[in-house]
Amino acid sequence: MTSREIDPLDYLEVDRLLTDEERAIRDAVREFVRERILPSIGEWFETSEFPRDVAKGLADLGLLGMHLTGYECAGANAVSYGLACLELEAGDSGFRSFVSVQGSLCMFPIWKFGSEEQKQRYLPAMARGEIIGCFGLTEPDVGSDPARMRTSARRDGPDWVLSGTKMWITNGGIADLAVVWARTDDGVRGFLVPTDTPGFSTHDIHRKLSLRASVTSELVLDEVRLPEDAVLPGVVGMKGPLSCLTEARYGIVWGSMGAARACFEAALEYAKTRVQWGRPIAGFQLTQEKLATMATEINKGLLLALHLGRMKDEGRLRPQHVSMGKLNNVREALGIAREARSILGASGITLEYPVIRHMNNLESVLTYEGTNEIHTLIVGEALTGMRAYE
Amino acid sequence: MNVVVLVKYVPDPQGTPELDDAFLVVREGTEGALDPGDEYAVEAGLRLVETHGGEVTLLTMGPETASAALRKGLSMGAHAGVHVVDPALRGSDALATARVLAAAVRRRPFDLVLAGVESTDGSTGTVPMTVAQLLELPSATFARALSVEDGVLRIERPTDLGFDVVEAPLPALATVTGSAPEPRYPTLKGIMQAKQKPVERLALADLGLSAEALAPTQRVVGLTRAQERAAGEVIQAGEDTAKRIVDLLAEAKVL
Repeated sequence: MTSREIDPLDYLEVDRLLTDEERAIRDAVREFVRERILPSIGEWFETSEFPRDVAKGLADLGLLGMHLTGYECAGANAVSYGLACLELEAGDSGFRSFVSVQGSLCMFPIWKFGSEEQKQRYLPAMARGEIIGCFGLTEPDVGSDPARMRTSARRDGPDWVLSGTKMWITNGGIADLAVVWARTDDGVRGFLVPTDTPGFSTHDIHRKLSLRASVTSELVLDEVRLPEDAVLPGVVGMKGPLSCLTEARYGIVWGSMGAARACFEAALEYAKTRVQWGRPIAGFQLTQEKLATMATEINKGLLLALHLGRMKDEGRLRPQHVSMGKLNNVREALGIAREARSILGASGITLEYPVIRHMNNLESVLTYEGTNEIHTLIVGEALTGMRAYE
Repeated sequence: MNVVVLVKYVPDPQGTPELDDAFLVVREGTEGALDPGDEYAVEAGLRLVETHGGEVTLLTMGPETASAALRKGLSMGAHAGVHVVDPALRGSDALATARVLAAAVRRRPFDLVLAGVESTDGSTGTVPMTVAQLLELPSATFARALSVEDGVLRIERPTDLGFDVVEAPLPALATVTGSAPEPRYPTLKGIMQAKQKPVERLALADLGLSAEALAPTQRVVGLTRAQERAAGEVIQAGEDTAKRIVDLLAEAKVL
């Protein structure tokens, strides 16, 4: 047998650390992305379109709520969920965002904090993609400091009445159900708000230059009256929404490396074929330094994601661990995207290549689900015992 | 109805298979997959049992790694797998392969045997027909559509002019082309259920066959690389353009 050659796309043979089932799930998502997303994503990004039939395809594949158990969810392990996020984001961050929001931000709180009746009513339909969810936490004036939210819910007889505004809400304009976090006399609570409830309206945010193949909206709640059973009974306080964010951030640790890999692949291919001074630019030292650094960071990031995944499957993963993963991997992915852009030269600024699309998307990913700065401070707090952000 | 689908694990279908000194495809230590052509047969089988009830059993012959082909088909929804694996089978030719597959099919009651048209690695295209012959089954080849009614298989076979409708009483064998309905994606649930599905492993002795009886009757004696396509000729616009194009067309015997 000949000695194995280095695979540029799996330099450290991380593949061998996966089980057959994990690889099969990864391959299934990769194939879906190759056939259903990649041929048209440049166009969707340019025209700012979220294709609903692709969302249905993601549901049929079983990706919505895939890491949850029961209620028609696949019950896959955390590593498989991470691999699915990675492959989706290698297509486009918009689709990973869609799956993160549906599975981790909307289905997870119902699965974790909902009543049995709420679970039966929503989870199977959400897994099938018949009900699309959105997650309302961030507000126009409240981002990193969500505990100061203004949206409130007051009792009126047996009913709840919600008022307030939520901002930068992925899937907002296409959602059938909004999971809205609001202040109550007892503390922050989660509400399941069907989007056809009177007083509820959305306004999509236009003129985005990032996540263009994904819907981002403002939610307006104007005296929205909900029955008593609209509240999630299982949680009071900020740990409700924060636990959802930990789930979603975990997916981003993986997903960001998917975007990075797509940029690296494009840059490597381009460098090997683009000829200057009579030879491919891949043969020049400065290009090699870029490629070597990109590959190193992708392999490190993947190992980090996989390590966190195994910890999650063992029940040992803490939010502070996820912060370190999100902090590192999104930062590095963005750096890789920018470096890849430079290798592609002028071609790197067009939608003919995936690079600038990923680069722009990653600018959002750097900020949402906890900014780079906040995750830095969470790690800092875990290291020192001192909280530097409030 | 019970459908048996013949499937093959082939080296990376997108790549060029490696050959050893005896011109046998190198199957050890290479990445591979369920032959994409076979996926159409699996899909056709699944559709038939979805309509008529019953089970799809996948049958493969190959080294240990070939179990990945079974797993892929099981994750698409097939119900069970049979894997004939025996060191003595290394280097089997098409006839020996057909004998083994026929012997394995014969072990259980079945209504229909499905296969791809040819494998993407060996490309002999003879195995399905030979299996049909050995099992004394009618065979309906190159199906783009299949249905079963009252114990009769009916297929559509594309031709240059349109398509033939071919009928055969069950039990029968059919080969399925790439113009049949697209194979489904394995779903996550399908992938996760696949490992719980039964896969039977059989050696030659289990089939009552001996290595001697399966000795190859044909072998590849030489290999010539396909000629690389020569660069095309670009005709610049000028006085002689039309004449040059007509000459070329005449040369190519188009005119």
